[in-house]
Amino acid sequence: MKHASPLLLGLGLVAALNLLTPLNSLIDLQQSDPKLAWLLVEELRLPRMLLALGYGAVLGMTGAALQAMFANPLASPDITGSSSGAAFGAVAGAYWLGITEPLALAACGAVGAALALVALFAVAGRRSETATLLLAGIAIALAAGAATSLLLALAPSPFAFYDSFDWLMGSFVDRSLPQAAAALIPAGIACALLARRSRALDMMALGGDVAASAGYRPRRLSVEVVGLSAVAVGACVSVCGAIAFVGLIAPYAARTLTRGHPGQAILPAGAIGAILLLLADLLVRMGPAGRIIPVGVITTAIGTPLFIWIVVRMRRTVTS
Amino acid sequence: MKPLLHAEGIALEGRLHPTDLDCRPGEMIAIIGPNGAGKTSLLRALAGIESDDGRVEIDDQDIAGAPPPRRMRLLSFMPTTRSLIWPIAAQDLIILGLPSPDAELIEVLLDALELREFAERPVNSLSTGERCRVLLARALSAKPKVLFLDEPLSNLDPYWVLKTLQILRDETTTADCAVFASLHDLNQTIAFDRVLLIDRGRVIADGSPERVMKLPALNEAFRIEKAGSVWRIAAGISSKEGRQSSP
Repeated sequence: MKHASPLLLGLGLVAALNLLTPLNSLIDLQQSDPKLAWLLVEELRLPRMLLALGYGAVLGMTGAALQAMFANPLASPDITGSSSGAAFGAVAGAYWLGITEPLALAACGAVGAALALVALFAVAGRRSETATLLLAGIAIALAAGAATSLLLALAPSPFAFYDSFDWLMGSFVDRSLPQAAAALIPAGIACALLARRSRALDMMALGGDVAASAGYRPRRLSVEVVGLSAVAVGACVSVCGAIAFVGLIAPYAARTLTRGHPGQAILPAGAIGAILLLLADLLVRMGPAGRIIPVGVITTAIGTPLFIWIVVRMRRTVTS
Repeated sequence: MKPLLHAEGIALEGRLHPTDLDCRPGEMIAIIGPNGAGKTSLLRALAGIESDDGRVEIDDQDIAGAPPPRRMRLLSFMPTTRSLIWPIAAQDLIILGLPSPDAELIEVLLDALELREFAERPVNSLSTGERCRVLLARALSAKPKVLFLDEPLSNLDPYWVLKTLQILRDETTTADCAVFASLHDLNQTIAFDRVLLIDRGRVIADGSPERVMKLPALNEAFRIEKAGSVWRIAAGISSKEGRQSSP
């Protein structure tokens, strides 16, 4: 693919920046205590960078696959409610069932995400009108968000409620390498399987009936896309919380590189999503010292105007 | 002559009674019937999109077991919806999913359907009639043995109705393929070799257009009658509700 090299170069660059920023503190530490400097990179910055990169890629790829499947440029993990569902699942597992094992929590997240997507299918249906999809997705996202807050408020631990920011707006701070592995290994497998479906998802651009007449199986494909997206998003949310808009914007940008092909956009959307989230996490570090801005605040601040722009463009295409 | 398509007992529960059907190479077959009669269901079952029972063979091959590349050579389906939402260029959409597109054929199709001026334009910015032509080009691009076209002549102006019929006729004669097309305008059946009249999920007549157009079953199914050269609402045919219920 002709855009692969610039995308990978950009990705490498922001990943390196993410690992080294802020540079002066790293240099100071390197001079006073090289061992501690290495530990800082390995224990704090590496998992953070890996999570931002991996989660961004997951949001981009699942967003692209869901959009291709739902035949709707606004379908994405956050707008379909699956991110919020995943947060709900992870919170229920962590605070109510007392699960601490990262991989088991990832499974709870995946179950939550899957439930949200199944609910969406039941309410809106495949190839639904944009408005129906949005309304159903928003209703599910709001309900899951409120239910997450309720679970945190009533959780046995009195400090649980203070974690709600992390769950609802996302954070990469103080995550460990085992946590990163628990999120990214299942997510990586799910996304690799999703990428294998790009040809079938391209065929869905002609509609489910044409794809079925050509020998593809739209129903099975939709179950696969929903299931794999739920696993990937659920695993990441269970470690980092829900992050909005990356899964909406990245596929949109990726399709400009694939001449509008929704299935081929899966891989570039992954690269763009990773770059976006790494950049967002760099911006988080520019905040005042001692204050942690949730990364979802940055993605939402950038994503909302773009979202409105997409809606306006869609309206123009429909009316023209 | 050996049939090109052989369908045996194809059925969709509640929509299509078990149906057997054969067609020969070069045949153009119109499917007519009132709204909700099962035209689309018949096309969908024949194209293997869904089926509760029966099997369809094209060129002696069971379509159910054929993987996508082979199946695209056996048949293509054009849906009644012209909705295309992704900004894919028209010429890209025409070859979408084809393992080895025939460049020469694509050139011929672009010219025949006068698509050259918007070959590079995203399909979601085209008019309904233009999208209809792009979808027809797409249906023809894999050189399938049988074409299943759901209302291919809707959304077209008179020139494009005639032109489409001419292209389909050329295609069936030169490539020895067959066409199944559902229609609403009964006058268009004259351009076809054979007409299937379908009502309440059952093929109730199968014959030349001249013959089927004169059948009382046609008047009964559509609740219309011919007065001279025009159709008018039939007097004395009971309402749908009064007739035998659907399967």
